[in-house]
Amino acid sequence: MLELIITSTLNGILFGMLLFLMASGLTVIFSMLGVLNFAHASFYMLGAFFGFQISRWVGFWPALFIAPLLAGALGAAVERFGLRRVHRNGHVAELLFTFGLAFAIEEVVQMIWGKSPVDFRIPPSLDFPAFSIFSTNYPAYKMFMLLVSIAIFVGLLVVLKKSRVGLIVQAALTHPHMVAHLGHNVERVFMLVFGVGTALAAVAGVIAGPALVTQSNMAALLGPILFVVVVVGGLGSLPGAFVASLLIGLVQTFAVSMNGSLAGAFGPLSPDYAQSWLSDIWGVTVAQIAPIMPYVLLVLILIFRPMGLLGTRET
Amino acid sequence: MLEVENLHAYYGKSHILQGVDLKIEAGEVVSLLGRNGVGRSTTVKAIMGEVPPQGTIRFKGTDIAGMQSFQIARLGLGYVPENRDIFPSLTVRQNLMLGIKDPRKPGRWRMDDMLQMFPNLAARADTAAGVMSGGEKQMLTMCRTLMGDPELIMIDEPTEGLAPLIVHQVGDLIAEIARRGVAILLVEQKLSIAMRISHRLYVMGHGRIVFEGTPSDLTNNASIRKEWLEV
Repeated sequence: MLELIITSTLNGILFGMLLFLMASGLTVIFSMLGVLNFAHASFYMLGAFFGFQISRWVGFWPALFIAPLLAGALGAAVERFGLRRVHRNGHVAELLFTFGLAFAIEEVVQMIWGKSPVDFRIPPSLDFPAFSIFSTNYPAYKMFMLLVSIAIFVGLLVVLKKSRVGLIVQAALTHPHMVAHLGHNVERVFMLVFGVGTALAAVAGVIAGPALVTQSNMAALLGPILFVVVVVGGLGSLPGAFVASLLIGLVQTFAVSMNGSLAGAFGPLSPDYAQSWLSDIWGVTVAQIAPIMPYVLLVLILIFRPMGLLGTRET
Repeated sequence: MLEVENLHAYYGKSHILQGVDLKIEAGEVVSLLGRNGVGRSTTVKAIMGEVPPQGTIRFKGTDIAGMQSFQIARLGLGYVPENRDIFPSLTVRQNLMLGIKDPRKPGRWRMDDMLQMFPNLAARADTAAGVMSGGEKQMLTMCRTLMGDPELIMIDEPTEGLAPLIVHQVGDLIAEIARRGVAILLVEQKLSIAMRISHRLYVMGHGRIVFEGTPSDLTNNASIRKEWLEV
């Protein structure tokens, strides 16, 4: 039991930090544009595929740096030549633009790499167990993923809170006109933020690619959960995104590893229920409903706390 | 230094500025007076490029009509908007820091100067700017723009909604700005500060300039005051 708790906690934090790598960019971009970037998870996928391709050519370690740079440059170009023009036509146009972009990226990825998973493997230098908890060997690569995510999280926090560029970004999120009147090029700041945000998603893609499955549907699989994170945390709130990332990471990993059911928990108290027509529902295990847990959380949050856990917006 | 000729501006279909002409020399203190809704704020916004301008706007010889706000600001034109747009989550010191356009080229206003001149900003240098009073926020927005070392600063309604004592402090700061050789365009509804510090005054009515002259010219011109200023 203790073993299960420790490994699930580690896995949950790891999944949560990966989510945060993506959610942080998404939420800052949301504050800036006022709309959700539906294509954000697509940059995560591009990161994984770029990482796969580049590591074939020059190895995993250079790929870890080059792939996010490429994806980030692509993201900046999308902002500069796409979104900035679309922005003049209002939020609905922007939303549709990012929606279309997500489909376009998925199709292009399928054309180049096909629909089946590619063989993106953990680099041999990290393919060993880091330590064992009771009987479980915890892989070194997972520890590496965790460390990279935490390093980026700390780096992001320092840049945003302490550097001049970070202060300009913070100010521009709420008062873009005033920042421009002080002589700062706000449009360039926005392009930079978009580039960095998409590059962070790509980092998550490169490091998650070998551990999970690198496939053309990986954006579609992760995208919805990402939106859950951002909404639950509070749209536009970075601390909120952090808390929600960890929460959803932990909820999901714990739910998957649990076999309990309502019948198991309450059955002994009232055996009659177990016999009735409700028995099917009573017999469903927590692991079986794990995939819908984030969405249940989303619905509950929207009903009882529409601004999200740490959000300030009413809408 | 700043020459505006035949400036027009629109909000949607309504024609707000209908040919404004004004001029400010280097180091001069000029006030733009008038009642609410005559287009004073719009004039300043059009000069800064926040409202699309039509007409000629020259600043130090450069035609700035159609340029982006940040480019205009970098030429040395400062703007303090009427809504006291401080950055609430940043500290007072960070707000002031963002006023600096290029950290490698310090201007005539230094952080230490500012904090020394305004003890109440200094006392709150490291607290979030959002919790300050209206008067302190007004001081901070003006100081922040000064950190960018403008040669002309346009200040929109600095005393609106402030207590008389604070109004006096704001007046002192404006006088200090002028003393250091920065030209000022002061947009005001109240006459008191404008009459005290201005070299010249413009009065606006219905999107046009209806009077231009010195404070004593305006004192002697009862009909202008009655028609365009007094309520």
